[in-house]
Amino acid sequence: MKIRSMGRLLLPLLLLVGLSGCSNIEPWVKPYERDRLADPIMSFDMNPVSSAYMQHVYEAREGARGAEGSAGGGCGCN
Amino acid sequence: MIVRRGIIITILGLLMVNGSAEAGVLPEDRADVLYHLYDGGGVEIDGPSLLVRKRIGKSTSFVANYYVDMVSSASIDVITTASPYTEERTQWSLGMDYLRGNTTMSIGYTTSVESDYDAKSYSFSVSQDMFGDLTTLRLSYALGDDLVGRSDDPAFEREIDRQHYGIGLTQILTRNMIVALNFETITDEGYLNNPYRSVRYLDAGSPIGYSYEPELYPNTRTSNALGLRGKYYLPYRAAIEAEYRYFTDTWDIKGHTVAISYVHPLGPWTFTAKYRIHDQTGAEFFQDVFSRSEATNFRGRDKELSALTSKTFGLAASYEFIGGVEGRGFIKKGTVNASIDFLQVDYDDFSDLSTGAALDSEPLYALDADIVQIFFSIWY
Repeated sequence: MKIRSMGRLLLPLLLLVGLSGCSNIEPWVKPYERDRLADPIMSFDMNPVSSAYMQHVYEAREGARGAEGSAGGGCGCN
Repeated sequence: MIVRRGIIITILGLLMVNGSAEAGVLPEDRADVLYHLYDGGGVEIDGPSLLVRKRIGKSTSFVANYYVDMVSSASIDVITTASPYTEERTQWSLGMDYLRGNTTMSIGYTTSVESDYDAKSYSFSVSQDMFGDLTTLRLSYALGDDLVGRSDDPAFEREIDRQHYGIGLTQILTRNMIVALNFETITDEGYLNNPYRSVRYLDAGSPIGYSYEPELYPNTRTSNALGLRGKYYLPYRAAIEAEYRYFTDTWDIKGHTVAISYVHPLGPWTFTAKYRIHDQTGAEFFQDVFSRSEATNFRGRDKELSALTSKTFGLAASYEFIGGVEGRGFIKKGTVNASIDFLQVDYDDFSDLSTGAALDSEPLYALDADIVQIFFSIWY
């Protein structure tokens, strides 16, 4: 399947990235340049309690799951 | 008799979500009290969710969540093959994050209980910050045990084992942009169909032209999902986020999900608008009507396994009633939040049997739901 071959490509790439973590790479965005990224509006998950609930709704209503954030379990699926 | 699919599998989340831009930092101490309401398609589900997170010492953070679904259902499935019902589901979650240097280790436990279904999940993850905290790599694993029952048969008991594997990479690209790539594989093994649901098949002996028989799913399912999201800080103080997910599984469901959102602060207010669209093909063993009884080895007519398109438009507003440098007492910040999401699902291969139309002229089913959330959050 297409996604499996993507996974096969992705894994070595990520391992490579992981291993190269030991080398001394100069961060190109300096800590003092991260003020905007630190703004709460830049968080991928501004309100975990709310996003977990919406994820739960989508998992109950759709056939897909995973890689879209996070979720609690259970549902009222009927 | 709450019906469910794909349960307690991605429990990692609520307990372990770290702000991606906060590499090597424990999540903030905060508490949330939320009321949620889902109303649509003959189903009303509401209840509370309470989330409390607190650091103990410099390197450990604990989190607990209490969540309830109170269900009142007269959905299309229920009114065509069963009787309306009410049900309650209670879920507890506990988790801990431990930070050591650039590594965060997290463990979590979740239990969900209702009258005919119990679910437990155990999760573990490790995330590592690299390259001057520009990059975060996260590996996760979760194990789920479900026990499926039947409200009309106390002796009925079936198990489901779930395994969940995740790998994620979050990357700061520029001082205005952050991206995240996530890959998740989920495997299920056990009793995956719904003990109450039926499929229909053509039956010349029936006055309406068809009859029902219990659905029968495969005992295994493996799904893969690849998600990419990015967030960009605009030239003025506002952010835009885009997200795409590709999904595929061994039941032959393929899905594409796209979402875009815009966040705009205005004084003490923060407004968010979001649009999300999900499109999927149906499961290979799904049919709206089978040609005869036991026509195929596996059979299902669960509308979530039909080809469908789901669209959501959401608006949210947040008001900061405690803030500034000082805060108030032990509270650093407090917000009150409200949101509404309009969900519309169009099923491409699932007929609406409630209209009483003849077999060949049944309209396709469509669902509209309003999703309301109201919550208070405090940071301390």
